[in-house]
Amino acid sequence: MKVLRYAALSVAAVLFLIPFYLVLRNGLATEQEITAPSWTLWPQEIRWENFAALFSNPAVPMVRSMVNSLVVAVLQTVGQLFLCGLAGYGLARIPHRYSNVVLYLVIATLMIPAAVTFVPTFVVVSTLGWVSDLRGLVIPGLFSGFTTFLFRQYFLNFPRELEEAARIDGLGHWGTYWRVVVPNSKGFFAALGVIAFVTSWNQFLWPLVIAQDQDSWTVQVALSTFLTSQSIDVVQLFLAAAVSIAPLVVVFVALQRFLVRGVTETGIKD
Amino acid sequence: MRHGRAFWLFVGPFAAGLLVFVYVPIGWSLLLSFFDARNTVTPTEFVGLRNYADMLTDAPFLRSLGTFSLFALFIVPLTFVLALALALLVNQISFMKAFFRSVFFLPTACSYVVASLVWKLSIFNGVRFGLANTVLGWFGAEPVAWTVSTSPPWYWLVLVTLRLWLQLGFYLILFLAGLQRIPQHLYEAAWIDGAGRGWQTLRYITLPQLRTTSVAVLLLLLIAAYQAFDEFYNVLGTDRGYPPFARPPLIYLYYTALGSGGQDFGHGSAGAVILTLLIAGVTLLQGRVITR
Repeated sequence: MKVLRYAALSVAAVLFLIPFYLVLRNGLATEQEITAPSWTLWPQEIRWENFAALFSNPAVPMVRSMVNSLVVAVLQTVGQLFLCGLAGYGLARIPHRYSNVVLYLVIATLMIPAAVTFVPTFVVVSTLGWVSDLRGLVIPGLFSGFTTFLFRQYFLNFPRELEEAARIDGLGHWGTYWRVVVPNSKGFFAALGVIAFVTSWNQFLWPLVIAQDQDSWTVQVALSTFLTSQSIDVVQLFLAAAVSIAPLVVVFVALQRFLVRGVTETGIKD
Repeated sequence: MRHGRAFWLFVGPFAAGLLVFVYVPIGWSLLLSFFDARNTVTPTEFVGLRNYADMLTDAPFLRSLGTFSLFALFIVPLTFVLALALALLVNQISFMKAFFRSVFFLPTACSYVVASLVWKLSIFNGVRFGLANTVLGWFGAEPVAWTVSTSPPWYWLVLVTLRLWLQLGFYLILFLAGLQRIPQHLYEAAWIDGAGRGWQTLRYITLPQLRTTSVAVLLLLLIAAYQAFDEFYNVLGTDRGYPPFARPPLIYLYYTALGSGGQDFGHGSAGAVILTLLIAGVTLLQGRVITR
């Protein structure tokens, strides 16, 4: 029984790793090797010079698009944690006449996936003149009702004694939040932050719509453009894919604890 | 008064952004949907409900809902069953548990663009040296033109396996979390009552205890399938454009509102409103099922 379990899991694991193997094999081989009639298991010799070719290819804005992706992902992660954290705390802990109104506005957006409203959002963002602009890529994604809602639920369960101690020490809401609540919630912030970063790095539809000039492409848009274009250098395309995944693989390996927590927190709203 | 200022200090910036980037677009879109607006985002001529009537009788739009339904019919149960099965297996082992969990979760690091690249140009590339055709070749079968094969529609196999690979790990983690919340004493009680360790405990304890998780997973899978765009666009799209078949709702909307055939925001907005109402309806219905 035990052997069967491990056998089944191992087969599944191999199948799950095949795509990663293909990205590396195809990216580090020669075109002849990957188009050979019989399967080449691994390139005869690893072609490190493929990297130089990729990064010096003027038709593939690899460096520029990676930088764009990084800037967008970092700004969206930091911005979302900042804005949604504050709002979630305010909704959870500061009594106000309009508290319920704002909360209902937040909850109503939970039923509407952002992707479905990309046309309306594009209409507004293009009116603001933010097409092919960093602002258009970053700002509309900052105001996540879902993240705010998760923060509110989390802060509702934050131990009140800690806040009351801060209050006795003379701190107002602002001081309490930054000096007591945030430092004691690092794990939760990290969990939501990792999810926000991964989501932002991998998003495609919105950057495709908004980043129309080549200079504003994110790495996903750059990859997609070469994938769907006529003349493609397959080896370089796979190497570019490998380069685009690398930052996230690092995040996955280094921060998996937070990532797993983030998935559990964001996947199921209790 | 102090509370009042503090509240807006905390909530104000977010609330303002929510209004400008979520509610204004939805409101504007509602407005545009009653107007003629081609190549402009300002309403030109009031047409009443005509855009809606056009959309609801538009064969390609209705076909896109059919495409979504067909896609969901395969991908939702398949992901659900396999994620649950692998979660049960991972949950039952102790040696190398973290390793297997990480391997199944790793694809989540890939974007749909990267996965499309691998599926389209390496596994299912339709020529003899593609991985799928190489394997078929070992059994003496002829190569298949996967992504461009419409009869039989092999492109479905490409799209379904791609999404399965990419999203399974996420739901596996959710099932694992659900499994860990099941109190151990329930199993012990069942064993004392003479229940078998395999099928019976699964049927009478594990699955009922996973009800909340299962409902949530089904809802998330359905909503995710509804928004499918990335892999369809990248696997089936070419420099000659997108084929007329296999257009799920967002693909359809993308080409209506922003396609090269002229930007039609009136019809695009009406379509967005209809799609939003549909998904909101499903979520509400599901919410009532959960809280019942």
